[in-house]
Amino acid sequence: MILLVSLLALAALAAVPFFVGAYPLGLGIGILGYGALATAWALFSGPTRYISLATVAFFGIGAYTVAVLADLMPYPLVLLCAALIGLVVALLVGLATLRLAGIYFVIFTFGLAELVRQLVTYYEVNVTRTLGRYVFLPIGPEHIYWQLLGLLAVTLALAFWISRAKIGLALRVIGDDPVVASHLGVRITRTKLALFSLSAVAMTLAGAIQAPRWTYIEPSIVFNPTVSFLTVIMALLGGPNRLFGPLLGAVPLFLLFEWLSANFPNHYSIILGLLFIAIVFLLPNGVLAAWDKFAARLKNKEASA
Amino acid sequence: MTNLSRRTLLQAMGTGALATALASLPTFAQDRTAIRIGYAVSKTGANAGGAGISTIPNYLLWVDDVNKAGGLELSKLGVTLPLEVTEYDDRSSAEETVRAIERLATQDNVDFILPSWGTGSNLAAGPTFDRFGFPQLAGTAVTDMAPQLAQRWKNSFWFLGGGHDYANALVNLLVKQRDAGAINNKVAIASVADGFGIDLSKAATPAFEAAGFELVYDKTYPLGTSDFAPIINEVSGLGVDTFVAFSYPPDTFALTQQAVVANFSPKVFYLGVGTAFPIYPNVAGPNHNGVMGVGGIDPDSEAIAAYFERHTALVGQAPDSWASAVTYASLEILGQAITRVGDLDKSAVAAEIASGEFDTILGKVKLVDNQLRALWTVGQWQDGKFVGLAHTEGKAAREPVVPKPAWVPAS
Repeated sequence: MILLVSLLALAALAAVPFFVGAYPLGLGIGILGYGALATAWALFSGPTRYISLATVAFFGIGAYTVAVLADLMPYPLVLLCAALIGLVVALLVGLATLRLAGIYFVIFTFGLAELVRQLVTYYEVNVTRTLGRYVFLPIGPEHIYWQLLGLLAVTLALAFWISRAKIGLALRVIGDDPVVASHLGVRITRTKLALFSLSAVAMTLAGAIQAPRWTYIEPSIVFNPTVSFLTVIMALLGGPNRLFGPLLGAVPLFLLFEWLSANFPNHYSIILGLLFIAIVFLLPNGVLAAWDKFAARLKNKEASA
Repeated sequence: MTNLSRRTLLQAMGTGALATALASLPTFAQDRTAIRIGYAVSKTGANAGGAGISTIPNYLLWVDDVNKAGGLELSKLGVTLPLEVTEYDDRSSAEETVRAIERLATQDNVDFILPSWGTGSNLAAGPTFDRFGFPQLAGTAVTDMAPQLAQRWKNSFWFLGGGHDYANALVNLLVKQRDAGAINNKVAIASVADGFGIDLSKAATPAFEAAGFELVYDKTYPLGTSDFAPIINEVSGLGVDTFVAFSYPPDTFALTQQAVVANFSPKVFYLGVGTAFPIYPNVAGPNHNGVMGVGGIDPDSEAIAAYFERHTALVGQAPDSWASAVTYASLEILGQAITRVGDLDKSAVAAEIASGEFDTILGKVKLVDNQLRALWTVGQWQDGKFVGLAHTEGKAAREPVVPKPAWVPAS
């Protein structure tokens, strides 16, 4: 039943490019892109409660891989390479740092994004002597849309499977109390590493898929820290512990951003900042949790009446 | 769980569908009262500085100038219509630029779209301009790829040349000075490790070497560097007569001040973006005199002088002496092409831009393979104006002053 509904929804969404114009399609790409990023982010950060700001590091690595390799090999192979590079970086980084916890991890991940950006810049400046790279691929917006839709579907399926599988339980225990988890025999670092890498690969692919849309890639474009922050705020708004939580945060927020930038181009940043504060204060556990709470209260009222 | 997730899915889809439907409501056809011009420029973010100097003021000025003159005449429609502007902030993000253009083209149904500031955003916008068939007047993109880009996107026009144009012009100018005995053979280059710096130094290094100069210093510094004492100190001991920095605005100002403080006053002091800004003389004080940089204007042109006056009156400050006049000229070309075509047919206007000759503040202009090839490449501050010393067509407005006056020590 679930499978059928999911497949139907997927088919309906896949048909969207045939019916809408360029602008709604652009919106769709934005929503799917952030939906995939937020879902991938919540894959690791939801259960473990490790707030990661490294999203854009992997996103940018994906985009750069496409820029570097696009002329050298067929496109599917490029995507595969991007995924592999994302995986290797995530494993290296994860091995070195997943023993960090709390605020140290947040700071480290933020630093990681900057580190990767500086490394790419250093390499481009001193070795290749070209900072901007051109991506000329015969990939239209509808192809990007379909690829992102596929990525989102796979990420959601993965999240669904993990929430049912042993590894998901292990992660939740780690998130609740790492000491208890290790006493229970959960291999903490290995579990975290596996999830961190999966999530990173999805983020890398999100960057790789969207690269052809920009034509021109340079570090300041693809390693823009705003991407990391938006991803976090979207996942938090929806609720990072639910399957559709991050997506439910990404869709309304993205549309809201779009509406704000279309109607309040000069006050966008101010309104956005106020909104972030409001989300953190009013909905600390996300919309879905707030909804549950609200529903429970209604039930209580009915019961007592 | 199952129940909830299905419900949330439906909710999510509902919200999305509603918003999409709302967003895609067509603007109702109405009797034309204006020519709709749309643009998304960087009002915030990393590009806001450049856009605020070279792009936004010129868009405002052009619209103001055209509307003060009564609008543009559309002879085929039998009307003269004013310009009406729809503007967005792309927040210096390439993705935002692309979507804003899609919004302008399909939701706001504008007649013409003006591009954002900078090389990156113009390239990012290229495919989208092309898809909707809008002429793209890239007034602030410096790229050696311009010939290929113009072929790829037939309606794209490139007004600011490529890194080689500027680097080669500088080297040619210095060769003449060296051969005349005004400067020695030693050159130091410091470049910002970002698009502009790398593009220009990549072109300049081999050109200097081929011209027989000795590059005693050729290094990059990271974007965002604020302390230039190490660079200036190192270079000042190398005995160079020529110091070249392919720098960005904050660095351009800081390098000047540091060189004055360290009393490193080479005979040729050349800086990158920002040298041509109207505030440079304020930053450098009396020491701006004789400093060279990228860009330049014709100080004897009455059209340019009038343009500076109108710009100052409307915006409150003078334009920069590099991309501003070029950007304004690109808009004049658009306006004249629209008038000549006589209606708002995008492809006819693009064809006219590509083939016609236009009367602009830069003089008579005709594009070559969709590029403006008549460009001021090297300028120098002389008597309060950033005058052109070298031009891609070989002319010079003024002779270079070499050596430049020695620094007046900072008080």
